This record gives sequence, C-alpha cells and structure tokens, in this order.
Amino acid sequence: MSATTERPRLAVGRIGERLPREDAVPKVTGEFSYASDLSTPGMLWGDTLRSPHAHARVVSIDVTAALGLPGIHGALTHEDVPGKKLYGLEFADQPVLAIDRVRYVGEPVALVVAEHPEQARRALEAIVVEYEPLEPVVDMERALEQEPLHPDRPTMGHGYRDDRRPNVVRHLVIRHGDPDIAGDVVVTGTYELGIQDQAFLGPESGLAIPDGEGGVDIHVATQWLHVDRDQVAPCLDLRPEQVRLHLSGVGGSFGGREDLSMQIHSALLALHTGRPVKMVYDRAESFTGHVHRHPARIRCEHRATRDGRLTSVRMQILLDGGAYASSSTAVASNAASFGLGPYRVDNALIETTAVYTNNPPCGAMRGFGAVQTCFAAEAQMDQLAAELGLDPVELRLLNALEPGDSLPTGQVIEGSLPTREVIRRAAALPVPDQETLPRDPLRLPGGTGNTTTGEGIRRGVGFALGFKNICYSEGFDDFCAARVVLHADGSAVVHSAAAEVGQGVVGVMLQVARTELGTDEVTLAPHTTATVGSAGSTSASRMTWMAAGAVRDACRAALEERERRGGGEVDVERVHRHPRTTPLDPETGQITGERAHVALAVAAMRVVVEVDVELGLTRVVWVGTAQDVGKAVNPLALEGQIEGGTAQGLGLALMEEIVTRNGAIQNASFTDYLIPTALDMPPVEIELVEVPEPDAPYGVKGVGEPPTVVSTAAIVSAMRAATGRPLTRAPVRPDDICL
Amino acid sequence: MRQVALTVNGMRHELELEPRELLVYVLRDRLKLTGTNVGCDTSSCGACTVLVDGESVKSCTVLGVQADGAEITTIEGLAANGSLHPVQQAFHDHHALQCGYCTPGMVMAAVSLIEHGEATSEAAIREGLEGNLCRCTGYHNIVAAVQDAAGAMGRAR
Ligand code: FES
Ligand code: FES
Repeated sequence: MSATTERPRLAVGRIGERLPREDAVPKVTGEFSYASDLSTPGMLWGDTLRSPHAHARVVSIDVTAALGLPGIHGALTHEDVPGKKLYGLEFADQPVLAIDRVRYVGEPVALVVAEHPEQARRALEAIVVEYEPLEPVVDMERALEQEPLHPDRPTMGHGYRDDRRPNVVRHLVIRHGDPDIAGDVVVTGTYELGIQDQAFLGPESGLAIPDGEGGVDIHVATQWLHVDRDQVAPCLDLRPEQVRLHLSGVGGSFGGREDLSMQIHSALLALHTGRPVKMVYDRAESFTGHVHRHPARIRCEHRATRDGRLTSVRMQILLDGGAYASSSTAVASNAASFGLGPYRVDNALIETTAVYTNNPPCGAMRGFGAVQTCFAAEAQMDQLAAELGLDPVELRLLNALEPGDSLPTGQVIEGSLPTREVIRRAAALPVPDQETLPRDPLRLPGGTGNTTTGEGIRRGVGFALGFKNICYSEGFDDFCAARVVLHADGSAVVHSAAAEVGQGVVGVMLQVARTELGTDEVTLAPHTTATVGSAGSTSASRMTWMAAGAVRDACRAALEERERRGGGEVDVERVHRHPRTTPLDPETGQITGERAHVALAVAAMRVVVEVDVELGLTRVVWVGTAQDVGKAVNPLALEGQIEGGTAQGLGLALMEEIVTRNGAIQNASFTDYLIPTALDMPPVEIELVEVPEPDAPYGVKGVGEPPTVVSTAAIVSAMRAATGRPLTRAPVRPDDICL
Repeated sequence: MRQVALTVNGMRHELELEPRELLVYVLRDRLKLTGTNVGCDTSSCGACTVLVDGESVKSCTVLGVQADGAEITTIEGLAANGSLHPVQQAFHDHHALQCGYCTPGMVMAAVSLIEHGEATSEAAIREGLEGNLCRCTGYHNIVAAVQDAAGAMGRAR
C-alpha cells in the first residue's frame, strides 16, 4: 500500500460502531406503531373464551345465547375450524379451539366477534359450556405414572428415543465415557426452579384483514413470520400464499411470541365475518396466552479428584412442559447438552425428561434449558469448591472447557470458546467496598421498606459461569433469506422477515448493508412474508448471525450482478445457512455427525449481594460480567442486551414465579407477579471478549441469552455466600434466607 | 354520558364520555393518541404515564371524567417545533430503549421528575422511576439518560 493511499471515509453506521437504535426517534416520540395500536375502518373486536378447568372433558358448547346479543357478529367453536384442528411448533398437538377435552386453565374454547370489545366480553359470558372435570396431572414426577393426557402420543415417531411411559414429551439420555468412575470427593444436590414468565411489556395483539378473495393478511407482533404462516394456513384450509403475515411493532418477546397466540383465532373471525378483526390480550390474559419457562427439578452428583478435577457427573433433569409440547424437545436437548456447564468432563450420564401435565404450557424463554441446568451445575461447583477447600474461581479455571475439548455429546469444540478468558476477565473486575452503616434506607435490602437500620445485613460475593448454543441445533434446516434491491442512483433497500422485537436486528442489517455496499443510503422494507423468504426465528441467539449472513450475501451478490450488467437496478435474494448439524443418537445421546450444535457462547459473572437475614430481604449490590461475543457489531446495543438479560436473571433469582394451584395460575398480574424495577437493578460492569467465531459472518455470536443463563446462578451463589444456606430453589424466598 | 372538556397537548377537546371510561382509552381510542401504551391495566407498569396538570399520572388509573378541565401532556406533545425534548434526545442518545414499549411512559415520568427538581442523583432517579417497569433494558441506560437530561435542562434554565 502506498503512503499516499487515502483511507476510505468512515461514515456513521458501519459494523463495530456504537450506534443508537435505528427506530429510536419514532419510539421516543410515540409515533412507533405497536400491534396494540393497529386499527382500520370497519374493524370488529374478537375475544376468547378460555377454560376454567385444568383438566376436563368438554361435553357441550352452546353459543346460541351469545349470538343473540347486541353487536355480535359471530361465535365460533372447534366445529368452525375449516382445516386442521391442531397446530404446534414441534408437534401438532394443540387444538385451535378445544375439541373434547381441555388440558389447562386458560385453554381457548370458543371465540366471539363484536362491534365493541365490551360487547364481546359480555357475549363470552353468555356461552354455555358443559364440562366434566377430570383429575388434573400437576406433579411432573407423578405425571410419568398417571393417565396419558395425549393418548394418541403425538410425540412418538419423530426420531427421538421411544419412551413408553405416559406423558413423556421427550426423554433424552446422554451417556459419555464411564459415568461410574470414582472420584475422591462426591457432592450431591437436588435443585428446583419455578415457572418464569417472559413478561414482555406489550401484551399480545393482532389484526386480521380478509383480502376479499378468500385469503387473509395478519398483522401481528411475533418472532417468526413464516412459521406462523405455516401453522396458520393449514388450520384455515388455505394455501400458504393466501395467508400473509406482517410484523407490527413488538413490545418485547423473549421467547413468549414463538408460539401462536391469536393468529389463527383472529383470521378465523375475519374470514367468518368478512371484516377486519382485532384482538388484544390484557395482562391477565397474556399470562395464560403464551408459554412460560419450564419449571425444573434437577438431581446432580459431581465427582472430582482431591485436586479438583471433575471425573464424572450424573444429572437427572425433569422439565414440566405443561399441557402442550411447544418447544419442549429443544428445551430438553439444551438442558442436557449444556447441563454440565462449560467444563471438561470425560464421564457423564445426563438423563432429561420433559413431560406433559395440566400445568400452564411451557416453551421458549431466553436461554431455555440452559438457565435451569446452569443454576444446578453452578451450585454444585460451589459446593465442590467448599468441599475441597478451593477457591471457586480456581476450580472453574481448572476444569474450563476450551476448543479441542468435547461436549458430553461427543462433539469436539472447533469454534471459539474463550472460557478461561471470560473467567479471568470477570474475576479481575474489582468489587466495590462494603458501604457503612447507618446509611440511606434506599441502599438497604428492601429499600425504604426495610424497617431496621441494617443490623441484619450479611454480604456475599458469588461467581458463576454459563454457556449455551448459538443458532438452531440437531439437524434443523436453519436458514435466513434477505433480498437487496440496488437502485441506479446507488441507494439500496433491504427486504428481510427477521423479526425486530427490541433486540436491534434492524440496526444490524443496516450496518451490514452499509458496510458491504459502502453507502449510507440504505433503508429497510417492512417485515412481511409477502416479499421475501423466511428469516427463521428471532430466538436461540441466532438472528444477528443469520441476518448478518443473509444481508451480507445478498449485498455481495447484488454488487456482482450490477458489475456484470454494467449498472442499472438489480434485485437479488440470497439464503444464508449456518454449518449443518445432525441429530443426536436417540439411544446414546451422542452426535451422529460432526456436530449437533453450531456454535457456543460463554459468560462469567461475579456478583455482590447484601442479604438482610433478619428480614429475608436481598439487595444485589453489584454485577460484573465478561461475555464471549465473537465480534461486537454494535457495542452499545450489546451492552443493553447484557444489562436487560441480567435483569431477567435477577428476577428469576429473587422474585419471579408463576404460582399455580391445581394447575391454575394464582398471580396473573404485575401486582402479584413481580419483575425487577429500577431500584432492584445494580450497576452492571461489562467486559466484552471478542474472539471471532470462524464459521460466522464477521465472527459474530448471538449475545441475548448468555447473560440470562448465568445471572440467576451467580446471584444465588452470592446469596449462599452471604447466608451459608444451600439455597437450592429459585426464586429464593424470604423464608429461605432468614437466619 | 357526560360532557367533558380536556386540553391535550395544547388542543382543546369537548367529548361525551361514559363515566367508566379510563383516561388512557380516551387518549388512545377517542383522540387516536396511541403513543401512550397499556402494559397492565392495573396501575403497576407505568407504560400509560402522562402529565395531568404537570403531575405524572398513570392514565389507566384515572377516569376520563375525572380529568375534566385538565391540561394533559402525552408523549406526542413533548417535541416542540420538530426537535426532540431533552429527555427524548437523551433516551435516543443513551440507547435507553429496546422494544420501546415502556418508553413513552418512562419519558413522561422522567420529565415530571426533572421538572419537580427530584432528579438530583442516580439513587433519586431510580426511586422516582420505580413505578415504571421496563423488561428489556435493565434500566441502566434509562437512569443515565435521565441524569444527562436533568443536567441539560438545568443548564437551559
Ligand atoms: S397500563 Fe397503566 S400502569 Fe400499566
Ligand atoms: S424497552 Fe422494552 S419494556 Fe422498556
């Protein structure tokens, strides 16, 4: 390169820059349109009658009285579903509307449509349903012996291990080396986690508009437009192209919008009436209207040598999937695959079972499977450190899983996984000094609600490691399409169905396009199934990788095409695929090809807490974390993901739990289901560890989930240090920490 | 039905309201000011926060008829002459939002906090915003934005 070469002018908005959100202005001015804001002339309102029983036979449904009420345009039951009566993400086991049986409290039974939402509500009360209550299956352990809730076994024959016990959704056994091998020390424990809710702030909402030719346009807040379409169309007995899904503004998702909510329902009502139909859930309905994080019971036995090397680990993981399968098989797979944590263990037996019960259905939530097992495995590591008299950080460094090592599935880690680096960087962050007493009550555990002057405060410092996979696994054909239109004037439009749910993929795609095309004049077309192929789901921390890959490929192809043609307008679509994975062997849980998971990401977290052991109150004082991010596309957005993900893990550690009684949710409101406030959140110090992922575009990794995986474990670790109690259940309750 | 007069973002509206209509739905459904969001309906989340006679109020806890004669400011009324209010600008610059659903309520609560001279420290801001939930951000950038905006507004006075 000659000394006179001018460096290209770096305009704003390229990869690696700290950028505010692309949609920040409409979002701070209130112009941004969320699904709840949708409206169109002539619009009617739909509403849903839901089951009051966790388990019952449906004897009869009579909508006659509802139909006679003012303003009512229709009332529908399962008989009015023209196509397939069942749908589901992994197995079609969930009725669009209950047929002869209801399996959870809140299951949709009938629909009404009216001029005004209030009329719709009244009409619901006029529908007469005769139920014959059945004994609900509510204990995940007993479910394996009780009467099957899905006697036709919809989960059989999909390539998973055949398990004849009733109510098994998936049973996965990973056997690695010789699990019976002895160790000098053995620690055991049983851990439990309650049901967590995604609690996205914008409740479910959507608008279905009939197209006048038998098809329908559905505007909705969702995570995966194309898979919604592929579930909706067969139930409506329409061809996929007759059902067009359009993304409207999404008020958060965190996995809770991966399954359908009102998509089919609103479309049924729209096609029935020939009018646009809007449906909006209120907060209480939202709690029953989406799947939750699986509650879990996890038994562990860790064996190690006297100097601290893990020799063998046994884990039994039980996950309550609730009434329908949703993503339970993938949750089970992740729980098993990442159950040991990012440690090198040559001998292991991991047995994971996801079951059907009559509890609320569980499915995707940020970090699924890995969150639950991280809590258990990290508690075991702390116990082991105590047993051996070793520093917990040293013990983790000693056993750290690194490239070249294998996962218990036999998969050799080939990509980047800087486990030791994240441990060292997190452990090196200086913790703040203890604040003196007396002090401003706002800085006491419980804040101004603390009625003492802090005499009961015990301080504790905890540490944890968490890891999980990036992208879809086990042979799933995971791809993402993007279309780039290059105009003659040099400007470009990117089409993608990648769902922006608040995480910032819109910015990622624009950064990539600007970088690749070398221009600032790039805009994004609306997200829809109508103009571009599937982008796959905004989940599994995959969207940055997949959308960046697809937009990059399409941009490069567009430039080549323009070059070939010597100018003019070009329009190209490209599909990006990550390296292929293969399924796990159904009998041994071992890989059947090179890998079952595409790539991995690891995070370490150090936490300081103060527990008031007289009052049972906890204040998280400080969080320091180091996260393996591959390449930071937009560090500002990335730090926001880490802070937000940590807040959700803090919620699970301290306060968030859906409480059920006989399957019925007892706390379906933000008054009774608490999520962290500004006062609950400590400062979070962040170290980004950038070791590029070789198979990923620009070396990126997803970043949304690792902070949620690690933070619950790290916070409870600090609480154990503060109280000396084992604290085997999350969320920790005041009674557990009162000494 | 009752006759009610509201001044919203400087515009006077005469409305016939049913006594049970909540202010938030008057704003959203009747006046089409959908910037104010509904997150809970039970006065827990703050997404619906607006200013009523300068005080920050969760508009899902107030009946439309109770606001008769009041001056109301919603998120749509904050930016003046095409430029963002300092709090809006600070939220933009500090990446104080992700999905943005909490943002209009959070911004209005912050404006009120600053104007009442209560945004004096990080701790005070956290306490002042405790009634506004955000599920995405972990609050750190929100607090930083409010601190920044409080400084900017203080200097402007
Ligand atoms: S909607 Fe008013 S406080 Fe939540
Ligand atoms: S930005 Fe999503 S709730 Fe605050």
